[in-house]
Amino acid sequence: MEYILIIITAVFVSNIVLNQFLGICPFIGVSSKVETAVGMTGAVTFVMVLSTLATYLIYKAVLVPLDLVYMETITFILVIASLVQLVEIILKKISPPLYQALGIFLPLITTNCAVLGVAVLTVQKDFSLLGGVVYAFGNALGFGLALITFSGIREQLDLLKVPARLKGVPIAFIVAGLMALAFMGFAGIV
Amino acid sequence: MNQWKNFSKGLLKENAVFVLILGMCPTLGVTTSAVNGLGMGLATTFVLVMSNMVVSMVKNMIPDKVRIPAFIVIIAAFVTVVELVMRGYAPALFEALGIFIPLIVVNCVVLGRAEAFASKNTVLSSVLDGAGIGLGFTMALTILGTVRELLGSGAFFGMKLISGDGLLLFILPPGAFLALGYLIVLANMIKEKTN
Repeated sequence: MEYILIIITAVFVSNIVLNQFLGICPFIGVSSKVETAVGMTGAVTFVMVLSTLATYLIYKAVLVPLDLVYMETITFILVIASLVQLVEIILKKISPPLYQALGIFLPLITTNCAVLGVAVLTVQKDFSLLGGVVYAFGNALGFGLALITFSGIREQLDLLKVPARLKGVPIAFIVAGLMALAFMGFAGIV
Repeated sequence: MNQWKNFSKGLLKENAVFVLILGMCPTLGVTTSAVNGLGMGLATTFVLVMSNMVVSMVKNMIPDKVRIPAFIVIIAAFVTVVELVMRGYAPALFEALGIFIPLIVVNCVVLGRAEAFASKNTVLSSVLDGAGIGLGFTMALTILGTVRELLGSGAFFGMKLISGDGLLLFILPPGAFLALGYLIVLANMIKEKTN
């Protein structure tokens, strides 16, 4: 039950994109087509869960005992960057089709602040190991939900007559604002 | 004259937020008040200037293949400096900005300038470029923070101008998206006028 609550909170109540403002760059950048949004979601889910697991273990096993907590930022970003590289190499070797689908998104993920953000939030919120992984997975789902819904809306938006000045990025932000408003309706459920 | 251009282009013509649409997470996340926007902007400016300076100094020593990880380490070092200084001297601001301070590491504006400018230019140009882009970013965050604070709680830099509650929506997450969307329209209009 506890884990279900973590997931519902992460996906709906404090959605990582629409409520916590993490991962806005891919949210605006790769949301013009549903297909790419799905690919990006897959890659983010994969990396987010793995990197949260890795950074959690390093934080608890190395940084805390050695009293190096102030090195958190620098350690986490290095772990994430090398993990992304590693995932890329392994995926290329063992599953070329999956690499084909996710490959182009992987380099972008190093600088996706949602990944580092979730890693930092997980140790800040003091989850258990399993709780942390579930939290990361829930946030990845929330990212996917927001990104895929948004790209669906943007595909339709291309067909509409939008006032010239609002075309492109401004209308995307306004739509995101309305989506965030809709997600606020979930605020009371947990 | 050319150096002045390196500095000034970041303020308006290549403004990171309104024109290049970069660094959106802190832009939306911390601008619930003008002070938070200003603080975040100055912290980012410091990191930008310092990382641009160091990157332009060591650009010839870093092998091409590992340059991105090397840049990230340089940036992360300065972010840690900001984190520690802010925690020591401005704990209230540190609390308010929260997770977005460590996330300066993955701010695409900072890495973008290291890669696109500092790795190809001299130290002086890079410092000026960092300062210009950083101040442009600070300006954008302060404007967005001011607008949201004014509409959301009727206050200006913490001074209450209108009594009673404002439009709470603008302090909440949806207001950030809406306000930024319309400010980009406004920025585009101003840019068209000046051209």
